[in-house]
Amino acid sequence: MPAQVITITSGKGGVGKTTAVANIAVALASEGAKVVCIDGDIGLRNLDVILGLENLIVYDIVDVIEGRCRLRQAMIRDKKLPELYLIPAAQTRDKNAVSPSDMNRLIKDLRNDFDFVLIDSPAGIERGFKNAIAPADRVLVVTNPEVSAVRDADRVIGILEAEEKGPGSLIINRLNPTLVKNHDMLSADDVLDLLAVELIGIVPEDEHVIIGSNRGAPVAFDPKSRAGQAFRNIAKRLRGEKVPFLDLDDTGGFWQRLQRLAGRK
Amino acid sequence: MGFFERLFGKKNSADSAKERLQLVLIHDRMDLTPAELDSLRDDLIATISRHVEIDAQSVQIGMEHDGRSQRLVADIPLKGASRRRAKRSK
Repeated sequence: MPAQVITITSGKGGVGKTTAVANIAVALASEGAKVVCIDGDIGLRNLDVILGLENLIVYDIVDVIEGRCRLRQAMIRDKKLPELYLIPAAQTRDKNAVSPSDMNRLIKDLRNDFDFVLIDSPAGIERGFKNAIAPADRVLVVTNPEVSAVRDADRVIGILEAEEKGPGSLIINRLNPTLVKNHDMLSADDVLDLLAVELIGIVPEDEHVIIGSNRGAPVAFDPKSRAGQAFRNIAKRLRGEKVPFLDLDDTGGFWQRLQRLAGRK
Repeated sequence: MGFFERLFGKKNSADSAKERLQLVLIHDRMDLTPAELDSLRDDLIATISRHVEIDAQSVQIGMEHDGRSQRLVADIPLKGASRRRAKRSK
């Protein structure tokens, strides 16, 4: 079966697109899927460091497009997961080095050899974003429960609909259950009410994410991490499994446990 | 949110965020500035006035949304109808 091509985008920068790509890729490959992820953020590449593969880069995506190497030569195999590959972005070029039709051609060559092609879109709604969504079968929009990220996600969803790529599925990243409980953060339901799109994952704020990126080992590898679990669930949903959303109410604090014991939720 | 804020009826911040976003998103999705919306309203009033007499002061134009689809809703009270009805009853 040909690959599912999935682009992860957000509009706003810094909401966790690259982290999401790395973790979903790791989770899919850990379950035996053949996965290639492509860093679409030319000039600001980061997927390589998040995956811990920065020392292995020889060629990049622009080298492939401009014919300096073959596609296979630019594909870096993960150190732990033999079915996971990365095609890195070029660091010394800009977004105009690639066009949407270049991306379509490149992805066409990958479709038959993989189960999943994940594309990490740059922030913004300009050329890099257009390149990243051109070959997509499906688009995941990452947002945080925070006003500017939700507003930008709405813009991106509008553009996806206009380009007939949408509306896309939503990942609500970095949700803090304690703040939500105190009504000082938009809840997942609030965000869904506002954006009116399908939800594919809620990822709680989790310090393991930073620890993982420090080490170049995404949290999806860590069986104890709640964020890791959330990303593994997203991977399962992408494979068509029905997985219930995590109960984020379970913050485990003394007061919460006492309230639960007392029957107050 | 602290106890005192709650005591003095200050709205919690998640509710403010949601309400503010609801308004911002309506304008973002509509792709019309408030000035353009005003000019649309004036054009509507002028056009309809050529055919029927309306109460221009009470015209209301707003946005409604159902999921991701938006709808422009205009409430345009007619002047003539009530007057005619009043005349007939005399």
